[in-house]
Amino acid sequence: MSEGISGIALSVGMAVAAGLVGCFAVMRRMSLASDALSHVALPGIGIALAFHVHPALGAVAALGLGTLLVWGLEQRTAISTETIVGVVFSLALAIGSLLATGEELVDALLGSPGALGVWEVCLGLVGAAAIVVFVLAARHRLVISLVSADLARTAGVRVTRVELLYLLAFAMTVALGLRYLGVLLMGSLVIIPAATAKHLARSLSEMLAISVGVAVFSTLVGEAVAARLGRPPGPVIITVAATLFLATLPLRRNR
Amino acid sequence: MGNALEVEHLSVAFSATAVIHDLSFRVPSGSALAVIGPNGSGKTVLFRALVGAIPHQGQIRWAPATRIGYVPQKLDIQRDLPVSGNDLLAAKAAVVRAGGLEIARALEHVSLAPSQASRRIGTLSGGQFQRLLLAIALIGRPTVLLFDEPTAGVDEPGQEQLYIMIHRLQQAEGLTLLLISHELSVVYRHATNVLCLSRERPCFGPPTEVLTPASIEQLYGAPLRYHQHE
Repeated sequence: MSEGISGIALSVGMAVAAGLVGCFAVMRRMSLASDALSHVALPGIGIALAFHVHPALGAVAALGLGTLLVWGLEQRTAISTETIVGVVFSLALAIGSLLATGEELVDALLGSPGALGVWEVCLGLVGAAAIVVFVLAARHRLVISLVSADLARTAGVRVTRVELLYLLAFAMTVALGLRYLGVLLMGSLVIIPAATAKHLARSLSEMLAISVGVAVFSTLVGEAVAARLGRPPGPVIITVAATLFLATLPLRRNR
Repeated sequence: MGNALEVEHLSVAFSATAVIHDLSFRVPSGSALAVIGPNGSGKTVLFRALVGAIPHQGQIRWAPATRIGYVPQKLDIQRDLPVSGNDLLAAKAAVVRAGGLEIARALEHVSLAPSQASRRIGTLSGGQFQRLLLAIALIGRPTVLLFDEPTAGVDEPGQEQLYIMIHRLQQAEGLTLLLISHELSVVYRHATNVLCLSRERPCFGPPTEVLTPASIEQLYGAPLRYHQHE
């Protein structure tokens, strides 16, 4: 029973983090890029499996490195984030599929929830809390940097630092969800709830709240339905989230 | 009264193409500098160099304790996002550690009603949006205001209103003003000095000296009409 509760706590934590982080990804117009960024975890998982290390560690390391690479290229060249992530992602997917094979690869791509270790739950909860605290504390700096980097600079915001921290929070969020959703679907849990919130909300705080609500609802309902159907939760969670997105389209606030 | 800004031998280049070359000028505190020049002459690049957003050569010295309020020409994001004017005002206030009173004061300065500030930025008219940007710039009690084409996307009566508002603010708060503008009649009326950017012949001086029909024709490559107000 306690394992069930800690599992639920972990998936709620992951969903809250995904909902918050996603809002800024959608605002940065990096929906596709962020989806692709999550795939960077794959070579890390492949290497970890080859060396018999916990795959989550490999994923976190690869996501961290991938993020630094994307950020570094963004700072040094005038190439857009979309293009850079596109290239880095393809490379990561290529290396990842060379390193991992068969069932391992399917698990890494689509997620495979098994029994959770105590330290996995603790680490996951601490990670989720850190992301939530970061986004809420840095939201003003994030917004102003997004709206106009020059305006932010004149107000004393260290824009490049804020951007790096945001990308790292993003990478960490993806890492949190890999177990349930896998490399392919975790990016979607970050983007779809935020995209739903974008067309329903009237202000930033509303957007953050709706996005978190949609992410948590999709995760809990998805898990319950998946358990009943005896299917893996990842695809069901994303189906619920995407259905909510489509169902709320008629409520869109055009203006 | 000292200088709010001193620029000496400023050069900015993008991959070996010089956009600004060896530019020097001074902006006395409390004065208004208008930056004019044709498209592509480096006006926005100059502003971005002044706020430290792009690498440059030469000296840029702001007076000690300068606080800059920046009004960008356009935002880096689409305006269809669920972001309200209040979100942006609150963000700026939080970043510069200003209180809620300062937000109210800034809105009052730009004659923007709280009900307008609570709307999504995409629903504001061009004039309301520019006034919101001005209010954001005013939070944190700046000593210098930088305007990148304050009237882009604003209709003509709105433009006049905005310039009068800026001028009044400058007088009331003793602000130093740097603005990029295409409105030569406005420049003529309100600017203390004019800096014209052009690759061939940059010029700097009071509008009565700099804005002669001959110099304008040389700058823009065509005679432009403007009204001199005495």
